[in-house]
Amino acid sequence: MKSKTRAIAALPAAAAGPVALLVATRKGAFILKSDKGRRAWTTNGPMFFGHIVHHMLLDPRDRRTLLAAARTGHLGPTLFRSTDFGKTWKEASKPPAFPKAAAGQKGRVVDHTFWLTPGHAGEPGAWYAGTSPQGLFRSEDGGDTWAPVSGFNDHPMYASWTGGEQDGTPDGPKLHSINVDPRDARHLYIGMSSGGVFESTDKGANWTPLNQGCAADFLPDPNPEYGHDVHCLRLHPLAPDILYQQNHCGLYRMERAGARWVRVGTAMPGKVGDIGFPLVLHPRDPATLWVFPMDGTSVWPRTSPGGKPASYVSRNAGKSWQRQDGGLPREQGWFTVKRQAMSADAHDPVGVYFGTTSGEVWASRNEGAKWSCIARHLPHIYAVEAAELAR
Amino acid sequence: MKVMIAAPLRSYTGERSQIEADGATLAEILADLDRRYPGIRFRMIDEQDAIRRHMRIFVNGEQARGLDAALRASDEVIILQALSGG
Repeated sequence: MKSKTRAIAALPAAAAGPVALLVATRKGAFILKSDKGRRAWTTNGPMFFGHIVHHMLLDPRDRRTLLAAARTGHLGPTLFRSTDFGKTWKEASKPPAFPKAAAGQKGRVVDHTFWLTPGHAGEPGAWYAGTSPQGLFRSEDGGDTWAPVSGFNDHPMYASWTGGEQDGTPDGPKLHSINVDPRDARHLYIGMSSGGVFESTDKGANWTPLNQGCAADFLPDPNPEYGHDVHCLRLHPLAPDILYQQNHCGLYRMERAGARWVRVGTAMPGKVGDIGFPLVLHPRDPATLWVFPMDGTSVWPRTSPGGKPASYVSRNAGKSWQRQDGGLPREQGWFTVKRQAMSADAHDPVGVYFGTTSGEVWASRNEGAKWSCIARHLPHIYAVEAAELAR
Repeated sequence: MKVMIAAPLRSYTGERSQIEADGATLAEILADLDRRYPGIRFRMIDEQDAIRRHMRIFVNGEQARGLDAALRASDEVIILQALSGG
């Protein structure tokens, strides 16, 4: 695919108002709200108490609509929608679901909706959802009704690309990291655990694997076309021809025209490694990104290496990394931070936030230089999404 | 027909534990329930028309394995949550 050359809009102005953190947990959802200076935080919730909430997002196009993906241990998966920033909620009238299989054939069942992405800015009301097992769904009406994206879900290569039930996370195989090119609503990227990165240039009708250069050391083929384990895939809205990926097998960057992943995690300290789940981009600087390393050695503890939690920031597109552990535990801090559980606001300096599976939310008002715990004793956190309450 | 509703589903029924529904089969009863309480069916029956793994439906005390069982107006349907947790 040729690189797109159309210019991206001018640098967005930094936000200045209070911030909301949309926190999705294993036992419900919470909204943490800051004051204007992002110094004081209040915790509101739980909403959907007892539900397993995998993701909650604000629609950046109207800045009022929230979507939350939920299920319980007993009840099937659904979505809730609020048009008044969480004051009231209404269940989606047609949540993501695979089509009914023909008689005698085994059909797929959505276990849970895992990932939500607002559609293109020029498509108000459009949303995408990724599910477990891997499925891509689209809504045209603000998340009320959802239809399968057949071009992916029914692709002749679907079974090969996605593998089986064993080819996924301990919580099931997942489709996630749905990225929409801000220049072209038809241009989509997705990531899968497992399956790899895939691209569509026709709004999901056809898909192509995009995994060259990315390791998959759990497969016998050293350079497979697909089957990789993407943990988080991001494109920057100001430089959408550059992709970053936190993978099960390291940290990568791709210049789309070259169509090859380059491992930028090799510049991380050897004792820390470049394994982790989330990857966060600076809202105004495409060369700045944050990660939160996890221990991916031996039996994969998936905790902060050595019990010493830290974020790492790169200011030069992954060429070098700086450790950021100010305010974090110096020892015996066995944090696990999941792939949706770290995000950034749009202030200057940028606020960076993460949540742990042990129910703590940490915030930095200065781009990771100093961290403070702003909530503790919450349930197991799946997602922390920052939203601006005023711009 | 009388239908007993498990606690996790009562947010759909206005917190009522016992409701009425019409139908000649379990499938029809569940379709009627969904008309009266939109969304309730998909929480307990998946898109392949199977009873979800952690839900149980009993007809006159017998566990239903599918939705085809014929019902009479005098039958009692009980929808329960199975044991699961974590």
